[in-house]
Amino acid sequence: MSHRIKRIIPQLLTLLFVLAVIGFFTINAQLNMDERGIDFGYGFLNQESSFDVQFSLIEYDGSHSYAKAYLVGLLNTILVSVLGIIFCTIIGVIIGIARLSPNYLIRNTAAWYVEFFRNVPLLLQIFFWYYAALRALPLPENTEPLFGVTYLTVKGYYIPRLIWENFDILVYSILAAVISIVFIRNYARKLQEEKGEQIPVLLISIGLLLIFPAITFVTGMVQLEVALPVLKQLSKTSFIYAEGLSVPPELLALVLALSLYTATFVAECVRAGVQGVSKGQKEAAASIGLTPNQILKLVIMPQALRIIIPPTTNQYLNLTKNSSLAAAIAYPDLVLVFAGTALMQTGRAIEIVSITMLTYLTLSLAISLLMNWYNKKIAIKEK
Amino acid sequence: MLRTLKTLMYLLTSIALLVSFETGAFAAKKSKTLKKTQKMGFVRCGVSQGLPGFSNADASGNWTGVDVDLCRAVAAATLGDSGKVKFFPLSAKERFTALTSGEIDVLSRNTTWTLSRDADIGLTFVGVNFYDGQGFMVRKSSGITSVNQFKAGVSACTNLGTTTELNMRDFFNSKGIKYEPVTFEKADEVVAAYDAGRCDTYTTDKSGLAAQRIKLSKPNDHIVLPETISKEPLGPVVRQGDAVWEDIVRWSLNVMIEAEEYGITSANADSMKSSDNPAVKRLVGAEGELGAAFGLDNDWSLRIIKQVGNYGESYKRNIADTGILPDRGPNQLWTKGGILYVPPAR
Repeated sequence: MSHRIKRIIPQLLTLLFVLAVIGFFTINAQLNMDERGIDFGYGFLNQESSFDVQFSLIEYDGSHSYAKAYLVGLLNTILVSVLGIIFCTIIGVIIGIARLSPNYLIRNTAAWYVEFFRNVPLLLQIFFWYYAALRALPLPENTEPLFGVTYLTVKGYYIPRLIWENFDILVYSILAAVISIVFIRNYARKLQEEKGEQIPVLLISIGLLLIFPAITFVTGMVQLEVALPVLKQLSKTSFIYAEGLSVPPELLALVLALSLYTATFVAECVRAGVQGVSKGQKEAAASIGLTPNQILKLVIMPQALRIIIPPTTNQYLNLTKNSSLAAAIAYPDLVLVFAGTALMQTGRAIEIVSITMLTYLTLSLAISLLMNWYNKKIAIKEK
Repeated sequence: MLRTLKTLMYLLTSIALLVSFETGAFAAKKSKTLKKTQKMGFVRCGVSQGLPGFSNADASGNWTGVDVDLCRAVAAATLGDSGKVKFFPLSAKERFTALTSGEIDVLSRNTTWTLSRDADIGLTFVGVNFYDGQGFMVRKSSGITSVNQFKAGVSACTNLGTTTELNMRDFFNSKGIKYEPVTFEKADEVVAAYDAGRCDTYTTDKSGLAAQRIKLSKPNDHIVLPETISKEPLGPVVRQGDAVWEDIVRWSLNVMIEAEEYGITSANADSMKSSDNPAVKRLVGAEGELGAAFGLDNDWSLRIIKQVGNYGESYKRNIADTGILPDRGPNQLWTKGGILYVPPAR
């Protein structure tokens, strides 16, 4: 009995302390806001925002509500994070493996890359890409096309726009392909376990992914038109490319800086992971007659991934949070649109900052959950 | 020994209490903010991060500008020395939070007076020290001479979190033009982006355009379009809830404007004490008890005029002589065709 009480009392005290701290700040904020005649509430979210945003993934203009403006900022943050995560993973894996290359030049170039980009502050890198590198680009009227149909200019990267007809049918066809791939994989495993036969699962999967959507095109169910960027004159000396899609230079600079910076950390995680698999594993696998490809796929990678995933999750979280530096270069992310313009126009600092903090927390927890799920999936299942 | 020390302590405490009780009657007028300011020994003033003519720091950290002069006037009135100001450079985004949270006591940062700002978020605007309006700057080479020549797809650089952002939308919407707003937190970043060709036009208050033009690589390649698309009365702001402090800031501004009206300058202020005009005598503290209403001495207004100068001197020094806006336009006294008109100090 007394043991239980002894255990409970410290926990109770801690809980009380935490509650007291929260209570103190709440009451303090309330008193001070009352004294200054500031009211508190989230009703403003339904009001008309009356400001426009440069770049939005959903339909938005100033006649929509602050809640919609929040969504615009959130989606822009997610966009830059997802792009950043994809690119930093690709670059990181390549650099990480290059650091283990037997080739002196490749190995050392990769090492220099890591040491350089990891040790220059991120904000400085963002400024470099935005103010130095991208500002040196030509004006739209002087731009030579890149890959024939895209134009990289100081006003943005203009690319062709795809106009789909019956886009949903294409999505269904891809879904159908994915489902059949799952079935084939299960069948292949059964075959392997029961008869020891192997079928080329990867080739079949790729084939299915290509054939299903292709059928929808050939039969004319889905149609695709491409709108190429066309030079348009706004005034005597000012031009833009209309018709196509414009990727703002702010987004380019941010994705470049974030992925190049975070890639250095991912590269180190990959290197550590591969080096963390003991050499004996490889030798043992070779001795039972596995091919080098099989060794990498069946022996090395499954073990390396277990070491790579947890620290890489951290890097993904960092990248997402670092994307808030966007505000420094006018990319309309959550911080710029919501904790910036919306905060300024409404003056509701406590409400907006609390929502923004909660949003980043939720984003980070979501990434964390996803990565933990993946980590658990590839963990050693002891039988 | 210990006993005598204790008795002495008691004695001292009771004397201190008595004294404070005596002066209490006088201090009742004093505002909380004024008390705090006098205790700290400086006025905490929020200014811009660099807008020539309004609030701008030189290489050695000396602040100049009409907004800066307002804070200096408050310091001269409350502390007796116009130099006792601590400046807090704030972005448009930070300014109101800094004021409501008590980080600064006066916000003098080319801030537009609007209903929602005045009524909604715990702020009080005390007056107008510059009548402005929003305009557009474009490259001369573009051939654009009027806002009516903008076409769909035009990109406009401006500051984040300002009325400019809202006016711009109203304007382009009324013209039915789709535009690309590019908003930066710092004015310098806006200028750099516009200069590099990122935007076709730069829009903000016309005084701001005139001031920022100097920072462009080739100022003469750019023009400010003639149209004004909004009313922007700029003025100092205080926190809501301290009416006496609000009055001090309001009348520090009014005194500067009225001093110009009566021809009192920093040079002739002392000699004006013997003027025949009672209104002049009141302004230089030779007649009446104007300061007592705020809990200040009677020379408060004289100090403002002597140390900072009247509004006309401040305008000339900061805005006209620097070549930003030599023509005073609406910011001329009502007696000379402008709209500067303040209630009488009496």
